[in-house]
Amino acid sequence: MKELLLGNEAIARGAWEAGVKFAAGYPGTPSTEILETLAKKYPEIDAQWSANEKVAFEEGMGAAIGGLRVLVTMKMVGLNVAADAFMVFPYSGTNGGFVVISADDPGMHSSQNEQDNRYLALMAKVPVLEPSDAQECKDFIKLGMEISEQFSVPVMVRTTTRLAHHKGLVEMGERVEAPQREFVPDPRRFSVPIYRTLLRPGVEKRLEALRAYAEITPINRIEWGVTSQGAGDPSSTARRPVGFVTCSIAYQYVREVMPEASVFRLGLTHPLPQRALQAFCAAHETVYVVEEGEPFIEEAMKAMGITNLVGKRLFGVIGEYSPERIARAIGVSVPEKPDYSQEITLLPRPPMFCVGCGHRTVFDTLRQLKVTVAGDIGCYTMGALPPYEASHTTFCMGASIGTAFGLERAGHRRTVAIIGDSTFVHAGIPSLIDAVYNGSSLTLIILDNATTGMTGQQPHPAAGTTLRGKPAPKLDLEGLVRAAGVKQVQVVDTWQRRDVVRAIREAVSYEGPAVVIAQGPCMRLPEMKLSERGEKPYFVDEAVCTKCDACFKVWCPAITRTAQGFPVIDALECTACTVCAQVCPADAIGPMGGGCP
Amino acid sequence: MTVTNLIFAGVGGQGVLLIAELTARAAVAARFDVKQTEVHGVSQRGGSVESHVRFGPTVYSPLVIPGQGDVVVGLEKLEGLRYAHFVNLERGVLLVNDHEIIPGSVAKAAERYPHNTIEFLRQKGLNVIALPASTCARDLGDGRIANMIMLGAMSVLAPQVPKEVWLATLNERVPPKYRELNLRAFEIGRRLVKDEGGQTRAEVAAAASHF
Repeated sequence: MKELLLGNEAIARGAWEAGVKFAAGYPGTPSTEILETLAKKYPEIDAQWSANEKVAFEEGMGAAIGGLRVLVTMKMVGLNVAADAFMVFPYSGTNGGFVVISADDPGMHSSQNEQDNRYLALMAKVPVLEPSDAQECKDFIKLGMEISEQFSVPVMVRTTTRLAHHKGLVEMGERVEAPQREFVPDPRRFSVPIYRTLLRPGVEKRLEALRAYAEITPINRIEWGVTSQGAGDPSSTARRPVGFVTCSIAYQYVREVMPEASVFRLGLTHPLPQRALQAFCAAHETVYVVEEGEPFIEEAMKAMGITNLVGKRLFGVIGEYSPERIARAIGVSVPEKPDYSQEITLLPRPPMFCVGCGHRTVFDTLRQLKVTVAGDIGCYTMGALPPYEASHTTFCMGASIGTAFGLERAGHRRTVAIIGDSTFVHAGIPSLIDAVYNGSSLTLIILDNATTGMTGQQPHPAAGTTLRGKPAPKLDLEGLVRAAGVKQVQVVDTWQRRDVVRAIREAVSYEGPAVVIAQGPCMRLPEMKLSERGEKPYFVDEAVCTKCDACFKVWCPAITRTAQGFPVIDALECTACTVCAQVCPADAIGPMGGGCP
Repeated sequence: MTVTNLIFAGVGGQGVLLIAELTARAAVAARFDVKQTEVHGVSQRGGSVESHVRFGPTVYSPLVIPGQGDVVVGLEKLEGLRYAHFVNLERGVLLVNDHEIIPGSVAKAAERYPHNTIEFLRQKGLNVIALPASTCARDLGDGRIANMIMLGAMSVLAPQVPKEVWLATLNERVPPKYRELNLRAFEIGRRLVKDEGGQTRAEVAAAASHF
């Protein structure tokens, strides 16, 4: 039976069918739905959110050494965090099957950089599988587990945004339990770093074996095209004009625009099948290498001595590929794209804080204080946009505190770091400890919305629940920052505007490190629905309203203007956060009573 | 038989992904090969949202090539304009909800908003069908149901999926609590597109006055 599955749902299904028993990760677009699907649909798998990707990887590593089949998931920058473990694990190799998902984001739909993680796999000497549709997302997890156990190696399955977030039909299979393998303690293999020199040659030997495997695996396949002489004949000695080497979702784009071309579809992109690629290229006048991201395959093929290649020079390195881009690059006719930009204003529509979002009061305060703010990764990157423009740097997970510290050292007085609760747990804690230790006076604002907001509300250690929604010990953020040595700590309700302003003002003027924890759950959490909270939406009483426009300065998307110039609150959108009522000098805004206002 | 190319566009929160998913499910039920794309993450926070749905005997790319869209559904005018270049100029349609949502975090957005989008695109030779879906949705008692009205209209313009398959898909996928309202909205959309909003719009408004 076939089902329509998201690439990420297919990966989860593949893990289930392959007998995976433990799965861990940290949320990150475009990988998040894998663990969410496991939690929702597959109780046989012990699936969890971990504090960060390094922790998830290490927990997975332990479970695999312990003999289980393991899936670890993360977005591409997550593997940077886990790289320490990722680089060393191949030395000992694994016991049970171990697959790590690296979800790359060409085009940076939801990322701070473009990064082709196949190079990390190259560095770690780890095989890379690249599925090209939802079906293969499932199949390659099962295959990855087999390769992992056969070669005793962690396996990377690299997805990209379009693959992870497209839906396609998938043939469903059954779960096959994988018996737990025995863990035999072996100091030479697992425990003593000095013995790693003895393991080093084995890493090369394994890679050699994987190279041989790459030549024979059916996931590296040639689809001979139709030539002017008729159907393709692989035994023909005449060179064909054009062939394609491609992988991942780009394979679909090549098929779309060149349905009759010869295509070498690579499912295993590291290590590459050198002999097969050389033979394919020898059979064609010109070979196009079509791969999203960096010229990973192309450069490796050049190093094999293949010269009749065209790749990045034509298709480009930057951004996401599309069938249109491939067609234009190779000269396949596609409709001209009309450009209306000179004749009509195509206004951008960047994302913005949700109705009732608790971050607004904080950014409004920072805007007015005119302080230097180092931001972090989360919804609150939007604090850099109008109308707030109150976040001046964003780099990577947890960087706010270190950056604020550095700006302070560079002479900027009153620096503020702003970080979400999930990001603080992920990578902010050592930085805060360091800032206190090295005598900083920075202010840290922790936006504690009890969830990982941007990726779609995943719980974390300071949220008090697990991936499966079970209660868990809740990390005490206030206790933690006090234990780090911060004396000036204030916890405020993020929707109490005056309290937020006062707390941040005091923190900024405090001599020494200061922390403000602005608490208020993300409005997208199910328990924050008005009906769940038993509250009523707010409304503007036009009989009282003076049209002073103070409420518009809350920048709430639910507040618009009537034809008569009065503010009006969309009752379906209003979250009863009360901030507009707090700023109204005329007391014209309040909760709806029994009937309509 | 060729592949049908559909684009759904709108503002985060309008239910773009829901109607795209329903379309993909209906196409599966009609025994087509189907691919659909989505966007996740921060772009959904009131930003521009798009989803491509392609179905036919065999579908390779999940992405539609600009200029090859059979129907581009815009749940909002500016978003219809943003994806108008996907419309196939020979046989394609831009089906747009005659409704404006001013971008929140853009300077002077209200003054700069392209109110003349529909007339402009018609002048450029696009087949534009504009429907008062949000107005009808409010008359039905819930402005959020505009997406289902537009889905109903789209179902007429992409007739490869039979009506009974659509209804079966909606019955299966929409929770019982919302089913009646959704089916009603879907049916109104089908009628609206046939009379371009004239008669049906008047009927819905008349019925609304009885609430």
